[in-house]
Amino acid sequence: MINDNAKTILSVRNLHASVEGTEILRGLNFEVKAGEIHAIMGLNGSGKSTFSKVLAGHPDYEVTAGEIIFQGQDLLALEPHERANAGIFLAFQYPLEIPGVSNRDFLRVAYNAHRKARGEEEIDVFDFDDLVEERSEIVKMDVSFLDRSVNEGFSGGEKKRNEILQMALLQPTLSILDETDSGLDIDALKTVSGGVNQLSTADNATVLITHYQRLLNYVVPDYVHVMCGGHIIKTGGKELALELESRGYDWLTAQEAVV
Amino acid sequence: MSSSVQSVVSQPYKYGFVTDIESDSLPRGLSEDVVRAISAKKNEPQFMLDFRLKAYRRWLTMEEPAWPNVKYPPIDYDDIVYYSAPKQSEKKLDSLDDVDPALLETFDKLGISINEQKRLANVAVDVVFDSVSIATTFKEDLAKHGVIFCSISEAIHEHPELVKKYLGTVIPTGDNYFAALNSAVFSDGSFVYIPKGVKCPMDLSTYFRMNNGDTGQFERTLIVAEEGSSVTYLEGCTAPMYDTNQLHAAIVELVALDNAEIKYSTVQNWFAGDENGKGGIYNFVTKRGLCKGVNSKISWTQVETGSAITWKYPSCVLVGDNSVGEFYSVALTNNYQQADTGTKMVHVGNNTRSTIISKGISAGKSKNSYRGLVQVNPKAEGARNYSQCDSMLLGDTSNANTFPYIQVQNSTAQVEHEASTSKIGEDQLFYFAQRGISPEDAVSMIISGFCRDVFNELPMEFAAEADKLLSLKLENSVG
Repeated sequence: MINDNAKTILSVRNLHASVEGTEILRGLNFEVKAGEIHAIMGLNGSGKSTFSKVLAGHPDYEVTAGEIIFQGQDLLALEPHERANAGIFLAFQYPLEIPGVSNRDFLRVAYNAHRKARGEEEIDVFDFDDLVEERSEIVKMDVSFLDRSVNEGFSGGEKKRNEILQMALLQPTLSILDETDSGLDIDALKTVSGGVNQLSTADNATVLITHYQRLLNYVVPDYVHVMCGGHIIKTGGKELALELESRGYDWLTAQEAVV
Repeated sequence: MSSSVQSVVSQPYKYGFVTDIESDSLPRGLSEDVVRAISAKKNEPQFMLDFRLKAYRRWLTMEEPAWPNVKYPPIDYDDIVYYSAPKQSEKKLDSLDDVDPALLETFDKLGISINEQKRLANVAVDVVFDSVSIATTFKEDLAKHGVIFCSISEAIHEHPELVKKYLGTVIPTGDNYFAALNSAVFSDGSFVYIPKGVKCPMDLSTYFRMNNGDTGQFERTLIVAEEGSSVTYLEGCTAPMYDTNQLHAAIVELVALDNAEIKYSTVQNWFAGDENGKGGIYNFVTKRGLCKGVNSKISWTQVETGSAITWKYPSCVLVGDNSVGEFYSVALTNNYQQADTGTKMVHVGNNTRSTIISKGISAGKSKNSYRGLVQVNPKAEGARNYSQCDSMLLGDTSNANTFPYIQVQNSTAQVEHEASTSKIGEDQLFYFAQRGISPEDAVSMIISGFCRDVFNELPMEFAAEADKLLSLKLENSVG
């Protein structure tokens, strides 16, 4: 939902970032206002996932220039866990398995870390159980998953649903979904998309990183950006995704090459 | 992986204080005279002196084992004090009121209350300070059930027939270099006897404190569970920080008769040396349980976090038919610690079963090795073993090794071995961080998840303590 008067949540200016000395992001500019849903599309290697990791503060990526302002504060000055507690959420393309740590404990510790960062008291185990079981319904996840180790032995679809459950629980201001649609069958895609739509409000924003138009049938973006060579080369409405679907990326990347 | 998982620093060791107390020590060095002097100081019967001298003479012919995967400068056995006791223990203590307040204070500081009024939730404690047992709590209560729980010195005087019958039957005096040394010079330790059919009404515990900087600690524990009896035993240890290394060469022998069960848990937190590897305890310990009777069961659980060097293999000899041996272990090494630890399961009787669950965690520049032997003798029909050895590495300068030995001489045996090595990686920590969890909390959650199978075997209070201890040990290990 576009509202010109909405406040800016994220403002990225001239961002350059490298991994092991190779520059991946080259002068990226990007702005997100409250209530908006953005889709970032592009070929493999265009820098989409790198951008999501830089936002979340992955230690392998070094920001060499530019700035990221998140809700008025300098995001680059924060540690990864501080960024999360400030309201940045990244749904992982490949969620990690954590043997021996139950999903329930993991979620509770994460939830309480967010509360603590806001200066609120930790929630007790019983209230948390009620809360997490209620939120599990958003992604139609059976509560038995809560007592299994985090993502261990989960199918691809279950892992992605678990990511959205975490998002439902932590209620971030800015959610970045990195290829959340990859590896999902159509039913799982509908469930996950339904969850994302339910969680989308006028006060938060969502960034979808995807290769395919398919996801955008279910989560309809306000803006579609095409990324190439480490920055955004074209921005349009949801129809741009359809155009990409039929024409591919060549016509855009060829233009970029000329520029 | 670089810097962030790497900067491993130990939490300052909070038990590192020294108690200023006058002690009565023998001069440094070891000779037949020293062995005789120890025996004489303890006013021992002839059979004990003979036991010691036999061990000493055997020790002289032996050599320190060179096979463990650890390195240390040669130990000068003539530079060690083999006997040291707080002065006052010369006289017989009638009650706790007679115990030197400095000693009581020491144990209070360690969180061990000898005062029965402030009793630890249903646990009887024998406290050993340097070479001698200071006090044993709940003796009378236990005596009502026929349970004998006292220092081994007292047992030698009060129950010589039991000591004579069992001492050295599980670990013979010449079993290995350190066992022979212990047998010659051991000064104190605990003795437990659970009579036929008695389920020990409370957990029993020994707390070892090494105070004197030049003293070796050589304690000896003997636990005998008669037919149909059962007991849970807990052992804890700490030592002051010195920049020299101290030798700890203990022996624990367990004997379980028909249908008896012994559960032995250790939380070992000897001083591990500083972050540069200076100082710390050499923990060279022989622990073995004999499942002598049918359907008997011995279960070892250990959480090893301290010591500069650990050399320790709590083992089970499964002689009785249908007997069961278990070994659950967490060994954590940080900085320059070295651990070579594991178990031996020797299957002698029919349908004997053993389980080994070993979790090794290595951080800093430490070296952590699991060494285990599963041996099925020719006459052991239907023996079964399951072993699982998991290692976890923090950072990329630590070292984890697994040395499993399997010797099966009976074709009906079923032996399974599983092993894994994992690494707490940047990506795992990033996942936690992205959910708002700090690196310190993430590491402690991952570690306690990794150790869960073992912690589940510990008595409640111990499990909580162990969990906390591991977190403390790894504090600031990421950042």
